[in-house]
Amino acid sequence: MSKSVIKKDEQAIFSLRELYRRYGYAQYKMSRFEEYDLYVRNKDFLVSDEVITFTDHTGRLLALKPDVTLSIIKNTEDRPGAVQKVYYNENVFRVAKGTHSFKEIMQAGLECIGDISGYEIAEVVLLAVRSLSLLNERYMLDLSHMGLVSAMLAESGLSEGGKSAALSFIHQKSGHELAALCEKEGVSGTKLQALIDQCGTPKEVLAAMEPLMATEAEKAAFADFSALCEILTRSGHGKSVRVDFSVGNDMKYYSGVVFKGYLEGVPTGVLSGGQYDKLLQKLGRKSGAIGFAVYLDLLERLEKSNEEFDVDTLLLRTPDADPAALVKKAEELSAEGSVLVVSALPEDVKYRRLIQFEGGNSRG
Amino acid sequence: MDKMVNIALPKGRLGEKVYRLFKEAGYECPSIEENNRKLIFENPEKGVRYFWVKPSDVAIYVERGAADIGVAGKDILLEYRPDVYELLDLKMGVCRMAVAAKKGFRDPKGETLRVATKFPNIAAAYYNEKCRDIDIIKLNGSIEIAPILGLSDVIVDIVETGTTLKENDLEPVETIVPISARLIANKAAYKFKNQQITAIRKGMEEQVQ
Repeated sequence: MSKSVIKKDEQAIFSLRELYRRYGYAQYKMSRFEEYDLYVRNKDFLVSDEVITFTDHTGRLLALKPDVTLSIIKNTEDRPGAVQKVYYNENVFRVAKGTHSFKEIMQAGLECIGDISGYEIAEVVLLAVRSLSLLNERYMLDLSHMGLVSAMLAESGLSEGGKSAALSFIHQKSGHELAALCEKEGVSGTKLQALIDQCGTPKEVLAAMEPLMATEAEKAAFADFSALCEILTRSGHGKSVRVDFSVGNDMKYYSGVVFKGYLEGVPTGVLSGGQYDKLLQKLGRKSGAIGFAVYLDLLERLEKSNEEFDVDTLLLRTPDADPAALVKKAEELSAEGSVLVVSALPEDVKYRRLIQFEGGNSRG
Repeated sequence: MDKMVNIALPKGRLGEKVYRLFKEAGYECPSIEENNRKLIFENPEKGVRYFWVKPSDVAIYVERGAADIGVAGKDILLEYRPDVYELLDLKMGVCRMAVAAKKGFRDPKGETLRVATKFPNIAAAYYNEKCRDIDIIKLNGSIEIAPILGLSDVIVDIVETGTTLKENDLEPVETIVPISARLIANKAAYKFKNQQITAIRKGMEEQVQ
């Protein structure tokens, strides 16, 4: 099959699946529906909180799945010392931004749930980088650490409301808003400002951040983050990975590393993930977890259709055309390029050349 | 890949002021100053391409990547919450989002407050924080007339000098948030055109201070 026939998102599924399998991830196939209750209890974790619901014949309220991670968590169990690794490619249903209509989104991704260690975290982040490299030549993974950001916020002296406002200003890279907030609350914002100003290669950013680490919590999170960055740099990803603390804005679910992947030519992030131990704790589980999702529908933006024509040859047959001769002619033409046999000239098809077929012969 | 930085400017007086700021920061584009009907202007030497769009659309152009950076009012950013970076306060177009009512207004605390506004999300968020039950009346213009005709108790709108309010026998009651023009950037463009965008931001910051 020629590569141009396979669409970018289809190619991506093949190559991502192959990559995840090589690291021992097993495919997870989920049902199209899930009980609504699962989502309603964890609405904030979802990208969009609107869910398509309906009642089944027994009266249970079901939902068309808006998310895969929650289902995977639900279907795994805590086993001390064990780690479960799964990957998926599924369609999810979400509300399109700015409209009130639902959209079907093709999503691939993986989850690693259980007794996760520094190794599993590094493996998942590396797989995220490799996933991006399979999708486009120019890519970038932004990396942050929620543990570090929350330790620095905890130390800031800001009020509870102030901390959550500060987090959203860091997320928007609004240094001016953060400065105004700190001034209003009468605290020094210099250290927090570093979370906006410092953005670049892991080496540069970590060197600038290290002297700012004062408390035990900050130092522990920093050490954790540095160890991961060191592995990424050693694996040759020091340039395609950037430390950017604007990545995560959710301290409720994410506890450790968080990341977002970008491809040149696609205006929004195409990959999003992180370590979400706090979600599992909220669900009464003991395991840790890390994973990411790749939004494959966005890859359409990478392959703008440059083709001038819909079809190479338009074969226009008359009513008396001999079917056997026509089959032969169509086969010949299809070996050279695409061919469309029609009985009248279509208005909406652009063709490179037109051949008329009368009786048993073609002309034109 | 196009290495020019695409910049969406808000059409109108504010946009012209904003362009002058870009120019002072070293990113001039002589063709934009000629009096013509063109919509897109380039200066390849400086690596910038400007275009004029409706002020309320700037954030959409930037969020969807048609523009790498742009200038939008804080009111638009708060109302539509686009997924963009807000890099700099340009301290231009300074005004405030405020609650205004007829002179001598007394808040009917025991009743649902009727709020007329062009900014339903900002109004809802503001009263939600105060746990105040409100009824939002979304209007598209001439908001000031709503309390006069008894359509609403108060309005939530942009107040610049307060002259329009005064002339209509209204007065600002509370300030919700200060508003000014902000430099915004598309998140992906910020990764792949980082050097250029950072340089523009820095140049503009020097002018603003």
